[in-house]
Formats: sequence, structure tokens, C-alpha cells
Amino acid sequence: MKFAAAGFAAAVVVLLGFLLDGYHQGLAVYVAIYFIAILGLDIVTGYTGQISIGHGGFMAIGGYTTAMLSHYEHWNLLLTLPASLAVTFLVGVLVGIPALRLSGVYLALVTFGFAVSIPQLPLKFSKLLGGSNGLHTAHSVTHLWLYVVSWSCAGVALLLAWLLLRGRTGRAFRAVRDSEVAAASSGVALPIYKTLAFGVSGALAGVAGSLLVLATNGFAQPSEFGVLLSLQILIGAAVAGLGSLWGVILGALFVGLLPSVSASFPVIGSAHGQDVVFGLAVIVIMLVLPNGVAGLLRRFEPSFKTAIKRDPNTS
Amino acid sequence: MVGFAERLGMKRKSAVGTGFSLPVIALIAAAAIFLVIGSLASNIFAQQTVAGLAQGAIFGSLALALVLIYRATEVINFAQGEMAMATTYIAYQLTLWGLSYWLAFFVTLPIAFVLGALVQVTLIRPVQSSIIAVVIVTVGLFILIDGVVTWIWGADLKFMKAPFGNTVYHAGGVAFSRQDIGVLAVSILSAVVLWLLFKFTKVGLGMRAAALRPAAASLVGVRVNWMLAVGWGLAATLGAVSGLMTEPTQFLQPTMMQAILLYAFAAAVLGGLESPAGAVVGGLALGVFLNLIGQYVGIATPELRLPIAFLVLLLVLLVKPTGLFGRKQVRRV
Amino acid sequence: MTALLELDGVTARYGPVQALHGVSLAVEDGQIAAVLGANGAGKTTTLRAISGTVRREGDVRFAGKRLAGVGPDAAARRGIAHVPEGRGTFAELTVWENLRLGAYTRRSGLKEDFARVREYFPWLEERRAQQAGTLSGGEQQMLALARAFMQRPRLLLLDEPSLGLAPLLVTEIFRIIRELNEHEGLTVLVVEQNAHIALQAAQSAFVLEVGRVALSGPSEELQRHESVRRSYLGY
Repeated sequence: MKFAAAGFAAAVVVLLGFLLDGYHQGLAVYVAIYFIAILGLDIVTGYTGQISIGHGGFMAIGGYTTAMLSHYEHWNLLLTLPASLAVTFLVGVLVGIPALRLSGVYLALVTFGFAVSIPQLPLKFSKLLGGSNGLHTAHSVTHLWLYVVSWSCAGVALLLAWLLLRGRTGRAFRAVRDSEVAAASSGVALPIYKTLAFGVSGALAGVAGSLLVLATNGFAQPSEFGVLLSLQILIGAAVAGLGSLWGVILGALFVGLLPSVSASFPVIGSAHGQDVVFGLAVIVIMLVLPNGVAGLLRRFEPSFKTAIKRDPNTS
Repeated sequence: MVGFAERLGMKRKSAVGTGFSLPVIALIAAAAIFLVIGSLASNIFAQQTVAGLAQGAIFGSLALALVLIYRATEVINFAQGEMAMATTYIAYQLTLWGLSYWLAFFVTLPIAFVLGALVQVTLIRPVQSSIIAVVIVTVGLFILIDGVVTWIWGADLKFMKAPFGNTVYHAGGVAFSRQDIGVLAVSILSAVVLWLLFKFTKVGLGMRAAALRPAAASLVGVRVNWMLAVGWGLAATLGAVSGLMTEPTQFLQPTMMQAILLYAFAAAVLGGLESPAGAVVGGLALGVFLNLIGQYVGIATPELRLPIAFLVLLLVLLVKPTGLFGRKQVRRV
Repeated sequence: MTALLELDGVTARYGPVQALHGVSLAVEDGQIAAVLGANGAGKTTTLRAISGTVRREGDVRFAGKRLAGVGPDAAARRGIAHVPEGRGTFAELTVWENLRLGAYTRRSGLKEDFARVREYFPWLEERRAQQAGTLSGGEQQMLALARAFMQRPRLLLLDEPSLGLAPLLVTEIFRIIRELNEHEGLTVLVVEQNAHIALQAAQSAFVLEVGRVALSGPSEELQRHESVRRSYLGY
């Protein structure tokens, strides 16, 4: 059942690639970017229970990696993606190490500080990193290229996440989330799994960041990796419903599309009306669905399954 | 998601004994002596110290607001800075409508109180059973307030009339701005007023009881939910003070409190997330520290202030998570 | 004598677990009544159901009026003082602050109340600035009583006052309870494991079993009752 849905979704993505025009392809690219980043956050926060509001920081590192490799060393843009993955994986593991000693609110504060501090570094080391004007890649790419690459990455990321989470690693992650003490006493090597979660999570965000740079005309600027980005990723994950892979696409759609959709409404039009709508939507969703959309889906799942069983044409 | 509540820090409090330990007091005294000696020795040192104290007082007021809410509900209000910013804009609008600065200041404070209490009642109370939901709501509020303020007033810089004037005093070759002294005085004063409220009034005692042991407080007749709303209202008022004191140097723009929020986090953690005194001391310490480091350590240019504050936050949490004045919490398994 | 407190078919549950299966009892004004029973019989839950600490169904009438789904703070305002398991002391606050909190629902007459409390617990005066958590077990129990008394309630609900205390202290505590009952007219409903001393102090008693009242009556009767003697009095 799940494979059928996934296959269907993949078909939709491919079809849309042909049907959408440049502008909408651009939007779809953003959805893919958010998808990958939210997926990463979900792994560390939803599945392993370590709250992180710092994913904008990982995205920044990934984005700047791509920009630097292209700008200084003229790397093939596609190849910068795995490089970005590797770099941010390492950074994620490094972040995961002090995170071992922190939990809950303290971890949230530290990751928030991380997200706020990282964009300051390009300003400080402006010669190397381009300062507030940013660093740009040597080449730029077409909408179609971005669409194909970003959604392929999204697909690969989803597959990897799915494989990771269904096996022993996934169980270990969930054990850490539900009770650290119980997990430790049943032999789960906490430090390894916790840092692994951060590493994987950071890596995914890093790739998303690289794609973001490519999607913004190849410019890596501090302003695009501000606090707001981390908050949006967190919101996407929460709206999706933490701890569920299915919600991730919904979260990505929410974060990626709501701002642009609301821009086309008459009264709201201006850039800041979007924030109002977005903020309101988030609040309303949390009030109505504290477990996110996935929580809602989970409630309907049993009845959905029985509905299918009752159809005599399926067996 | 039961595990979540535990993971996100909902521990039962069981700490006895105050946080005022001798080594910490000694440390603070030593630091104070260091600052005095340095100020006497060097004019620049003195200037940076005073300016640092003034900045730190602002961090401290916002940190105090954060601590108030955290003590009562174990939640960090990520929208605290934006709420402060919004109430500063309200004061600005009042001055545009003809009120004098100080009249606008004092009228804004109760407005902030009401708004803070309102937020707690309408947005936080419905989801207060889930910490992650509360966090997301405050994050959503962050974005919402940002949007509303920019929508109404625009993103361009605005200016209010300087509350303390622009006079600069000179004492022994050192230049002190009247503004810095004024900011310091107002912030300290508001912290003191809050302390008096908590220590000597029935409502203050009720709030402390509700924060410490909500079940027991309920049994003696404290309306715990109301106390939470009052707490948020007071926090919003403190935030308004910190916003109004920030405006002279940062000027009025929607992003004005975003950096201050991080400094306030660092200050609150430095002081101990549950200690109001700690928040104030932590703020002052951080302000002075950042200024002195900026002055005397070459590489520490203004762009690095935020990362440095982040490092302070990280170090404190790794070395002494309960901060300067915090008490060791017993974690129930 | 009219019943100050009446319970009629009160049920209560903790999530999926039903703790009370229909408790019915009545406490006369000015009486001391004891609630006995084994662990898990529902004694604490009964007190919680009265003060509204736990959600309950069924009728609870206080001074003739129904207490409908009313929370603990409202019960306190109506004149019910509940000293819970663990005494509900604010360990981080001072003795004086604890007493002041006891009087939270009072609007006036605090000076007289403090004076009265000092009569019953003279030692509290010199300890007023001491942190409540640093008091000994017996002192904390007395502080809890004093705090409840500051509320000037009509009904005092006590949950296992003897818990963790040496026999001499237990006798002292119950002496004070009896004094409060006789001189201040305070109606008391006390839950106790120590059936001996509870039955001696109380005029009437209820024995709970599996969330229901299995036996009730004047305490002298229950003291002589066969099964009570065997299960709770040990002879």
C-alpha cells in the first residue's frame, strides 16, 4: 500500500516536471528543498527526540560549501552536493557531541544560538565568504535542472531515511526519544545514535542548503539563512507531525507554498502579509492539531484500512 | 508522545536550598573588583564597562521576562523579543498621536501586560499540555508579530525622541552618556519593582507558589491558571521595558530585538534559568563581557558578538548547566 | 446535627483505572470521621474527589450545596482545607510564607489567625524565616496543619497525617487535631493507615475496600467489629 502511494507520488512529480512552467517549477524546487530539510529535522527531533532549532545553520554551511567549491575551485555543481553532504554530516556529528549533554529546552536554546551565529561568520570573514553581498557560484542552472536534481535528491533522501528508520537504527532512535534511561539500560549505545542522528540530519539540511543557493541564482548570502529559515523548518516538521515520514511532504508543501499562495490574495498581497498569514496558520494548526497533520492521519488510518478491506473487489 | 514531554524537560522540581552559593558570590565580588580597578586604570575600560552595563541591563530585562515564564511553565517563549518589539512600536504610535515619551512609556506598560496575559489565555493555555506545541505556537507568534508590525508600520527605520537626551557627562576624563545611565537605572528599577511584587504581595506569593507547586497551590486556593496569565503579562511588561530601552541605540525596526533575544537567552542561562536575580546579573555580566572582549581582543569584531554569546551559552550549559544561581534539579526517572 | 459533608455514589478514575466504585458517606458537622482501608482501597482518592483534585462523578454535597465539578482552588474558597499526601508544603518557601499561603483565601483577620496558630504551635514563631523543607517530618506535618488552620476552613481533609512519624509525634498530632475539633469546631475527615489512633480520635469511621464503603458506623462499634479487629487492629 505504501509503495503504491510512493510510486504514485513519484509519477506525479515526474508529470509535473513536464507540465509546470518555469515559475511554478521554481516553487516546486522550494518545496523539494524544504522537504529534504524537514526530513532531516524530523530524524533528529521527531524520531530521536532531540529538539533542534538550528537547521538553518546546517543549510548555511552546505550552501556556502557549494558556493565556495564552485567559486574558487570551479567544481561541477552536481558534485558539490555530495561534498556538501559530507561536510555537513561532519558538522552535524560535531554539534551532536555537546548535544549529548543537553536536552529539552537547553538543547533548543543552543541550537537556536547555532542558527543565529552561523550567518554571522560570512560577515566576519567577508574576504573569504563574500560578506553581506554573498558569494556566488561560477555557473548558474536552469529551472528544469533544479527541478530534476532537487526532486531526485528528495527521492533519494526519502529512500535513505526510510531504510535507516525501519531498521535497527530507527528502533534505536525511537528508543532514545521515548526513554533515554530505558534505552541506555537495554544496551543502546546512546552517544553513537544521538550523534548519528545529528549527523544525518545535518547532512540532509546541508544538501537542502546547497540546493537553496543554486535556486537563488547561485548566490550564498547570510540573509537567506537567517533565523526565519530555521523557524520555518521547525514549523514544517511540527505541522507535518513529528515522527512520521508521510507528513513531511505536507509540511514541505505548507512551508513552501503558503507564502506564495497567500501573496496572490488581494488584501494580503504584500510580502509581509504573507508572514501574517503564515504565523496565523501555524498557530491555528497547532491549536487544532497539536500532533500535526500526521497525528490526524494516524487517527483516520484504521478506518481507512477497513474501508479498503470492505470493498469486495480488492482482496 | 508521552516520551516527548519527558525528553523536552518536564521534570518535577525537588530542589531545596537557595542558589546563592559562596563560590558564586565570591566570583561576582572578584569580577566587580576587577571592573572597578580596570575602570580606574583606564578611561576606555571605564567607558566600555558602563556602556556594557547599560546594554547588559537590556539583556537582563528580557532575560528576566524569559525566566519568569520559564519558572512558571518550563517553557521558553521564543516570541518574547518580538512581543517586546511590538509593544515598543505601540509606544511609538502613541508618541505620534501626541503623547510625550514618558507618558507613552507608562501607558504602554499596562497595554503590554494585557497583551501578554491575553496571549497566554488564548494561545498558550489550549496547548499547554504539550511542550512542543507551545514552542511551535511561540515560534508562529514570532513570525506573526513580525508580519503584523511590518504590515502596519513598514520595515524602514523609525526613531523615537531620545528619552534621556544626548548629554554626555565627563568625570575624570571618562565620558558617560546620560542615556546609558538612564537605561541602566530604568532596567534595574523595573527588576527591583518586580522583586518587591514577588516578595511582599499576596499575588506575588501566589505566583511563586503556583510556579513551584501548582497542585499544592491549587489546594490553598490559588487560581493557578490566572497566575500563569499574570506571569505572562508581567513578562510582556518587562519585555516592553527592554524594547523601549533598546530603541535609542538600535532604532525602531522589526528586527531590532532578534539579536537581543539570543543575548537574553545566554544571560538567562548564565544566571540560571530559574533565577530572576541570575537573569539580571547574567545580563549585566554578558553586556560587560562582550564590550570588553570587543575592545581588547583584536579578532572579536562586532560581527562576532552573536557567535561569542552563543559560545558563552554553550560553555555554561556544558560546564555548569544550572548557571550561576541555579539549583541542582533532581530528575525523577 | 446536620451532615456537613455528604458523598453519594461517587466514582473516580485515573485514566483507564477506576479507583472509586461508588462511595457514599456522610460526615456530621463538628465530628471527626476516619477513613480506613488497605493500600489501594481508594482512601486518598476519596479525599481527592471531595476537594476536586481528581475528576469524579456522583454527588458531593458540602453544607447542603452540591460541589459540581469544582477544582481544588474553588473547594478551598468554599471552606474545605485539604492536606494531601506529602503534606503539600512549599519546601522552597519559608514557614511564614507557607502560613501566609494557607490564608490565601482570607481577606481579613490575618493578625488574629496568626495569633491563634501561635497558640497551637508556639514553636512556629521562632522558625518563621526558616525554609520549610529543612523542617523535620513531624514539624512539617504540624506546619501543614497550621497552614490548613490558617484557612479557617469548615472541613479539614487529612491524608495520612501519621505517615513517617514516630509514635510520640503521632499522638501529639492527633492531640492537636482533637483540640482543633473541640475548640474551633473544625470538622475533620482523616484518612489513616494507623487504625488504632484514628479510631480513638474519631467519633465515626468508614472502612473502604476496593473503592467502596464496606463498613461504617460509630468508631467504638468498629473497634469491636470482628473483621476490623483482625484486618486493621491486629488482634
